[in-house]
Amino acid sequence: MIWNEHKETMSRDHLSAMQGHRLHKMVDYLYHNVPFYRKKLQAMDLIPDDIRTIEDIVKLPFTTKQDLRDNYPFGLQAAPKSEIIRIHASSGTTGNPTIVGYTRRDIEIWAECMARCLTAYGMTRDDTFSVSYGYGLFTGGLGAHYGVEKVGGAVVPASTGNTEKHIRLIRDLGIDGIACTPSYALHLAEVMEKLNIDKKEIRLRIGAFGAEPWTENMRQEIESRLGLKGYNLYGLSEIMGPCVSFECECQHGSHINEDHFFPEIINPQTLEPLGRGQQGELVFTTLTKQGMPLLRYRTRDLCSLLEGDDCPCGRTLVRMSPVMGRSDDMLIIRGINVFPSQVEAVILDIPECAPRYLLVVDRVDNLDTLTVQVEMRPEYFSGADTIDAITGLAKKVAHRLRSVLSINALVHIRQPGSLERSVGKGKYVIDNRVLK
Amino acid sequence: MTIHQLSIFIENKAGTLVVILRQLKEAGIQLIASTISDTVDYGICRIICSEPVRAFETLRDAGVAVSLCEVIAVALDDEPGRAADAIGILSEEGISIAYLYSFLLGGKGVLVFRTDNNERALEALQRGKMDIIREKDLSKLAV
Repeated sequence: MIWNEHKETMSRDHLSAMQGHRLHKMVDYLYHNVPFYRKKLQAMDLIPDDIRTIEDIVKLPFTTKQDLRDNYPFGLQAAPKSEIIRIHASSGTTGNPTIVGYTRRDIEIWAECMARCLTAYGMTRDDTFSVSYGYGLFTGGLGAHYGVEKVGGAVVPASTGNTEKHIRLIRDLGIDGIACTPSYALHLAEVMEKLNIDKKEIRLRIGAFGAEPWTENMRQEIESRLGLKGYNLYGLSEIMGPCVSFECECQHGSHINEDHFFPEIINPQTLEPLGRGQQGELVFTTLTKQGMPLLRYRTRDLCSLLEGDDCPCGRTLVRMSPVMGRSDDMLIIRGINVFPSQVEAVILDIPECAPRYLLVVDRVDNLDTLTVQVEMRPEYFSGADTIDAITGLAKKVAHRLRSVLSINALVHIRQPGSLERSVGKGKYVIDNRVLK
Repeated sequence: MTIHQLSIFIENKAGTLVVILRQLKEAGIQLIASTISDTVDYGICRIICSEPVRAFETLRDAGVAVSLCEVIAVALDDEPGRAADAIGILSEEGISIAYLYSFLLGGKGVLVFRTDNNERALEALQRGKMDIIREKDLSKLAV
């Protein structure tokens, strides 16, 4: 099924013309409303009228996460404050989170794009859909929520946590679909088995899985254990949130809603654009956004755009391959972005800790765990004589990490000299999660 | 009236204790008593030794998380019921014990403990005519 046949099956020529027109308007809008972009364009001797077709996009400057950080909180916001009706925040690499403001129209387009994803998965207004991405500053929960409402289904805002209650709701309400991270889906399956609830007792048919990398093997495992069909859902809060691309029933790559989010693949070293089928870093330009539009935003996600726009589903929207990795050191833990530099900043700020740490990421019962090992400075212990001195420090570190990372980390205090020096560069992450 | 004790933060991992003991050995420090309390991940090793200040400096300079603290040591006749007498005095005063260990030295039983109020504990023990060990006596007893 197709939600918006006109847009999703448009001829490529027509689509390109529309993208070019929208890009011109976008550049004009940014030039006049965001000093950051005006200065960048002026420095490159560009005016909005230099950008007439979508091919002209290669003339434009890139935007990075660092730019978002430097312009915290509202420096890249294009719409006046009175037009902003929602603000989300995601973790920044150090200190400042990334702030994204949405206008009413942004929220409507987000719901529209999310409705396209859900419809492609086979969801209709007759369905009940559970949203088990986190609700809150993270875009996952509310993003999927508005999409389900847009299609006209009944949304169950289960969020995360309280898995047993959630499973009972899935069974007792006859919930048809679920939006969550693939690892949470596996966790659901595990808890279901512990509760002795057979997959025949539930009628889940659709899984909208995203916010973290996953593999074909994980898909098969989730599908067989929950008795549903799992579809990829891709997005990032800087661009919008979940809804940027989605798998159709053919499940050969994820269609990008490219009438709103224009994709490019570049070589992350040379920044040269790469052709279809070549793997590189995914870059997005928002074509219709009002709140915080971005030009050529570098996602750091590595993937390719598939050749051929003749998907048997009828959509002409370009497809992206699964994300194969990152061009930076970002970790995705329970769907939350974590940069080692964030942990480093927290540790450097605690005088009792030496500047040495090790992050260990594991998957226990299909849920990611983060253990932060950090060395105590020997001076801190002078005068201390009880275990409380150590557990108290562990609690303090955990509390600070929680407020910066928005996830709970286990903190393990190590004795002085037991870790290799890690600040600056070095081996400071051990990721034991095996994506098979 | 208190004696010095080394408290050392060590991880629950094979080989961590011996490193510290070898450093003391090289410095010619003699151990008189030691104990380790542990949790799942961490332990604290507590040591009574000859020349505690020099032992502390040796370990500190080697980068060990060590502290020099003051504990109370009481000598008791080596016969049944003497520990109950000593602890009973603290109990009557409402003084709590953080940790306690004991060892035999020169035919006497020695109780070592840290309380939530060492000053009051010492006063109470003195009133109760307990034989409180001083640091210099400890070295004598050890010979």
